Amino acid sequence: MIEILKARLKLGKQTVAYPGGPARFPERFRGRPVLDPARCEAGCVACADACPTGAVREAGLASMTLDMGRCLFCAECIDACPSGAVSFTRDYRLAMRTREELLVNALEGDEAKLARALDAKMRSLFGRSLKLRQVSAGGCNGCEAELNASGNIQFDLSRFGIQFVASPRHADGIVVTGPVTENMLLALQKTYEATPAPKIVVAVGACAISGGPFAGSPVVNDGVDGTLPGVPVDLWIPGCPPHPITILDGLLRLLGRVQGDELRLAGTGIVSAAEPLPVLPPGESNPAKIT
Amino acid sequence: MADLLESWNGEAVAAGDVPVLSLERFQGIVCDVLTAGGRVASLFGLASQGGRTLVVAALADDPDSRIGLLSTVVEGRWPSLAAECPAIQAFERELAEQYGVVPEGHPWLKPVRFEHPHAEVPDAFGRTAPWPTIPGDYPFFRVEGEEIHEVAVGPVHAGIIEPGHFRFQCHGEQVLHLEIALGYQHRGAERLLEGGPGGRGLAVAETIAGDTSIGHALAYCSALEALAGLEAPPRASYLRGIALELERLANHVGDLGMLAGDVGFQPTASACGALRAEFLNSTAEICGNRLGRGLLVPGGVRFDIAPDEATRLAEKLARAWELTQQSVRLFFRSPSVRNRTDGTGVVSRALCNELGLVGPAARACGVGRDVRHDHPFGLYRFAHVPVATADSGDVFARAWVRYVECERSARFVVNHLRNLPEGPTRAQLPPLPPDRLTVSMVEGWRGEIVYVAVTGADGRLARCKVTDPSFHNWMGLAQALRGQQISDFPLCNKSFNLSYAGHDL
Repeated sequence: MIEILKARLKLGKQTVAYPGGPARFPERFRGRPVLDPARCEAGCVACADACPTGAVREAGLASMTLDMGRCLFCAECIDACPSGAVSFTRDYRLAMRTREELLVNALEGDEAKLARALDAKMRSLFGRSLKLRQVSAGGCNGCEAELNASGNIQFDLSRFGIQFVASPRHADGIVVTGPVTENMLLALQKTYEATPAPKIVVAVGACAISGGPFAGSPVVNDGVDGTLPGVPVDLWIPGCPPHPITILDGLLRLLGRVQGDELRLAGTGIVSAAEPLPVLPPGESNPAKIT
Repeated sequence: MADLLESWNGEAVAAGDVPVLSLERFQGIVCDVLTAGGRVASLFGLASQGGRTLVVAALADDPDSRIGLLSTVVEGRWPSLAAECPAIQAFERELAEQYGVVPEGHPWLKPVRFEHPHAEVPDAFGRTAPWPTIPGDYPFFRVEGEEIHEVAVGPVHAGIIEPGHFRFQCHGEQVLHLEIALGYQHRGAERLLEGGPGGRGLAVAETIAGDTSIGHALAYCSALEALAGLEAPPRASYLRGIALELERLANHVGDLGMLAGDVGFQPTASACGALRAEFLNSTAEICGNRLGRGLLVPGGVRFDIAPDEATRLAEKLARAWELTQQSVRLFFRSPSVRNRTDGTGVVSRALCNELGLVGPAARACGVGRDVRHDHPFGLYRFAHVPVATADSGDVFARAWVRYVECERSARFVVNHLRNLPEGPTRAQLPPLPPDRLTVSMVEGWRGEIVYVAVTGADGRLARCKVTDPSFHNWMGLAQALRGQQISDFPLCNKSFNLSYAGHDL
């Protein structure tokens, strides 16, 4: 018992400061993308060609768009771009209420769009207690791992009355991960039906939003949209997988528990200077200029 | 021509040099090798035309670090070897599902993942469109009797877990038989890798089993490099090795925490839940993603790390491991924990070898099987990690092996971060030559990951056969449950912690 208490004391407080304090992210974390098509060389579509999921559209044009719902945040586009027209900020607030809002383009400026809260009636029902049932429908265990992490003592979703429950009968909504495989479609539909109304649907990760790397495979449905006939998705949380704080932020904004656009970020203390992401050209090393 | 083409991990051979044997000779050799202690690393259909399927086997000779390649042509059906060599049972079922090759006399001929055939062949299970859903149309093994009851669990489980269906045949609390039906996660990953490299290949490899992104990406990248005759620069090899061990640390520490949670020992459960993040975040410090996605590229790694940052990361990890060690020791010292873990879910060494288990699940049975040691790749050709084994084959042993492996991985990571070689981190992958074949093996945290990649006449991947360690090990879990209490299932399941997505592809 003494040993247990000693170990416990040594561990100290593990819960993150967010949302009361800043969210800590590594310098190389890739959050909300920013496009600057003015930098594009005429006719260059290198980013679109390099993107494994076709997330970049109209590359090189002023209307150039990056679809966060397809984006794997993998850095292939930054690698491919010769002029720095695509970059990723450390802004972790990526969740949106509609599919269209996940489209990032330069015409709308650099301002982050943020998820709006549910209406007053739903907020009064779920605002202080939201129980969710998770359904992995072809998820690779990446999003599932980060959803699990969001409940551990670090991110501690239950501080806010949000919990993942064992049965859809106990739930106020479902959280779907994975591209919705043919083999999981029926189970997903049954789980949704078993959840009592009113209920919400949250899509987590590139797969659940667009099919991710598996989009177009003949045995998947390219995400949750349309697999539950007539049911809209209430919250889209992009990423591959989304960081637990991105998930937390999305859910708290949906419930109106976090509002406003103040972005508080801190480094993790390993890598110091906050400079743009280092990208080394093939065959070249420059260990001095990394941070 | 010799009966076997000798190769080793990461070597490319001319696809045409793989001997095509008569069916009898092929099966004779496979059977002999397995009986003599060899293993099937992979056995798959390479191509099929007019009902004739070219079947390739990669047999692993662990003590001599060799891989034997052989092939045969099968017309529609072949006699099953599964009764004699159970390690082959899942491979035969997979071949039946993918290429319609029926293994006659197979003792357990059931669909492996409800996948559509890869070629124009009649379905081996007689299914036609519209395809049945699972597990509705699945011939479960049933125990009959007045006091026997059946428990069905899944595909949607209680926690945040991937889907699979478990069917228990019970007598009271005692489990007489557990059958595991999988396939819910099938996304058609192997087909998406065809036509590569480039495009989405790497992203698919990283998400075949998303908790093993580094392991799978490394096996994929190594396969492409082998085909191209390219070697990743030393600094890249170091960073890859560090990332692979960080992945092992994060997952093993997470598993130890979950095991503690399953026996109700909260101190270790909550501490490990948080400390796991130290290892995930270290990976994110290197590449921006906690699971290491985007770090590996064919030819090397995308991100480098500055010398002073490497030193600081090493210090941080050494501290994190010290804290982890303290929390995990509490777990192993607690009598109430040991009461639950000792003697629970035992797999004997003989059964382990018979089933061909891999990874920590095999090492917990006293079988010193580890790709890093047996078929060293990349950094592991120069830096050795001692193989960790235990001999009781129970939940305790599977936990203990993880703990010992963590200790060695932590030391490995800290050491190598402090001694990174100078030089480039990435080389350009040249176009792949046509008609080459390679076997690429990596010891992921769950065990042996195998990619057999074959280029076609156009230098693109014509076939990329993926075998996740879970493919070997699910039968191990089913067998471990025999005679156990059904209430110990979560504990046994977590002690294996297998991948559904990696199995279902």
